[in-house]
Amino acid sequence: MATTETQVVGEIGNEYRYGFHDPEDYFFKSQRGLTREVVAAISEHKNEPQWMRDFRLKSLEYFEARPMPTWGGDLSGIDFDNIYYYIRPTEKQAKSWEDLPPDIKQTWDRLGIPEAERKFLAGVGAQYESEVVYHKLQAELEEKGVLFLDMDSGLREHEDLVRQYFGTIIPQNDNKFAALNSAVWSGGSFIYVPPGVSVEMPLQAYFRINAENMGQFERTLIIVDEGAYVHYVEGCTAPIYTTDSLHSAVVEIVVKPGGRCRYTTIQNWSNNVYNLVTKRAVAYEDATMEWVDGNLGSKLTMKYPAIWLMGERAHGEVLSIAFAGKGQHQDAGGKAVHVAPNTSSVITSKSISKDGGRSSYRGLLEVAKKARGSRSKVVCDALILDEESRTDTYPYIRIDENDVDIGHEATVSKIGEEQLFYLMSRGLSEAEAAAMIVSGFVEPITKELPLEYAVEMNRLIQLQMEGSVG
Amino acid sequence: MVARANPRAAEGLPLHWWCHEAAAGAVSQTCEGVTRLALLEIRDLHVSTEDGTEIVRGIDLSVDTNEVHAIMGPNGSGKSTLAYALMGHPAYRITEGDILLDGESILELEADERAQRGLFLAFQYPHAVPGVTVASFLRSAINAVRKARAGGEDDPIKIPEFRKQLDAAMKQLKVPKEMAGRYLNDGFSGGEKKRVEILQMALLDPRLAILDETDSGLDIDALRIVAAGVRELVGPDMGALVITHYQRILNYIKPDFVHVFVDGRIVREGGPELAEQLEAEGYEAFAPEPVGGEA
Repeated sequence: MATTETQVVGEIGNEYRYGFHDPEDYFFKSQRGLTREVVAAISEHKNEPQWMRDFRLKSLEYFEARPMPTWGGDLSGIDFDNIYYYIRPTEKQAKSWEDLPPDIKQTWDRLGIPEAERKFLAGVGAQYESEVVYHKLQAELEEKGVLFLDMDSGLREHEDLVRQYFGTIIPQNDNKFAALNSAVWSGGSFIYVPPGVSVEMPLQAYFRINAENMGQFERTLIIVDEGAYVHYVEGCTAPIYTTDSLHSAVVEIVVKPGGRCRYTTIQNWSNNVYNLVTKRAVAYEDATMEWVDGNLGSKLTMKYPAIWLMGERAHGEVLSIAFAGKGQHQDAGGKAVHVAPNTSSVITSKSISKDGGRSSYRGLLEVAKKARGSRSKVVCDALILDEESRTDTYPYIRIDENDVDIGHEATVSKIGEEQLFYLMSRGLSEAEAAAMIVSGFVEPITKELPLEYAVEMNRLIQLQMEGSVG
Repeated sequence: MVARANPRAAEGLPLHWWCHEAAAGAVSQTCEGVTRLALLEIRDLHVSTEDGTEIVRGIDLSVDTNEVHAIMGPNGSGKSTLAYALMGHPAYRITEGDILLDGESILELEADERAQRGLFLAFQYPHAVPGVTVASFLRSAINAVRKARAGGEDDPIKIPEFRKQLDAAMKQLKVPKEMAGRYLNDGFSGGEKKRVEILQMALLDPRLAILDETDSGLDIDALRIVAAGVRELVGPDMGALVITHYQRILNYIKPDFVHVFVDGRIVREGGPELAEQLEAEGYEAFAPEPVGGEA
């Protein structure tokens, strides 16, 4: 029986390769709610080593012991007892094109997303073209010794490497939601880049034809070895439809001396989702870590990509953009912790609030004693599009060293009538003019995105401004 | 068809000008029998601010294709208000009168619709749009106008064609190439802004261009280039209304008609010689009559 189970698990994610599967054979769905039995069953089902099973169970204890955070956004709507903590991913996606909510379909239409891609996003079909690209990429990566797998496979195939780093950047008891993820994680990416290897093409989760990628509790671990470089891109601007109401991911990154990692996220969750993500990277001597983080959609997002600058001259950047529409609260920002001397960080945050949406910048800047000569600059700009919307700034700063150079700027602006009139006098409609101003406002971030993402991002902003997206 | 002989026809001046002259500005009466309207007809226009203060106090003006009209007036006379009102600025209210473009009233139209019909305003103080390059802004504006002219169907300009037009216009207006990639008016000098306004005008191909104090902030060389650019565009398909405090720009643009604008009214009209007279005598000589009198 166990063998069959392993085979079944091994097949998960490979189904697109064959294009057919019998759902009954693979069906595994945990009961609602979270118990030791559920966590043990997940580990069992995945046939994990004992240490991972213990890690999960310990994490559950931490999760249960920790109170709900009372800061940030309103989390009272989360009903932990009414959530499936593990479902084979395709089960929770729409079964057919017709099952998708009309607004999601309409948005994809208007974004001009090709049919094959839409089906992939909806989880209702395979994208064979991408699969071809993916396999070609895989061959190139293998040649360089780069590992790029889903986290479950990573654990199976590279257990020692995973064990060495897993849960070391974000301890399982870091916060309530990191503990939750540690207990029930599934999917996510595992990447290892060997010393001196530069991966020229951005690695996109998107290309990995693996349904587990879009998990609810995905877990990502990236190790960039000395002098290596990788750019990882996750998500896409198309709204991600899910019937789940809780998305709680953990992303851990290690950038070794002289290495560089850029992690780009663009996510546009449907409006029922609590998006509570813990992302943290450590950067050693002369290493560079860059987070580019775009948050659209969701009911509440709480996400503060963090960088711990552990080695001398390490550099960190966080570029964060949040769009809060009707009924949405984006509580986002960045954290930089300077531990070593002569480290530098830049946090740039841009938020847009519209139709009663609320965006908050929440950031932490910490300079430890002896981190002499450290420099940090925090810029947060908020754009408010109407009277009903709201923006706040919560900068937490703790400096224990005198020899530092710290700057913090915050601006709040509105779209001025004069600016709108100027653009309208050139023939642009009011909505087009406003969209143009907003696109310009976020341009410092969109210009850092891969081109196709930047284009989609701008189109999405246009749609949001037309009020045609929920 | 014109029912009567037009005394100015022999001089090649447009009919409506004769209408003006014949009745000392009372256009509506004298233009009976003249079937052709000018490109832009302003009739007894009164403009107030939101708090009800009347700034423009009843003006009549006709501007046709092939013509450059100058409106000259001292600071605070309401010139810029007139420009904004023509373009449809929401902060100004038309309390009386009408504005006709190509024979149709545009009072009910928003600024974008007016632009789509061919009205263009070169701003005295153009606004910055950080993050949006001059080129990308221009392409969006051109496409918005093309879409409107194609009856609401998308009809985007092909990128090589756009590039060609942009390069040519930039070259003619001596706008450095790298300006196309800079953010619109963001950190531009006064002169750069004005040149880019004229660049926009050249590419948007308007029917009627209103230039609001375009000369301010321009040095002589830039003024010469901008004026030549305007003159080049004025022709069978375009007319221009140049609003200015000083005669300086008129030396280069050479208006066909000059209207002296004081305290919300046109107090005097004439040919280019009027501008020179103004420069020599100052606006005091043209001060409106005391309360109760008519200019």
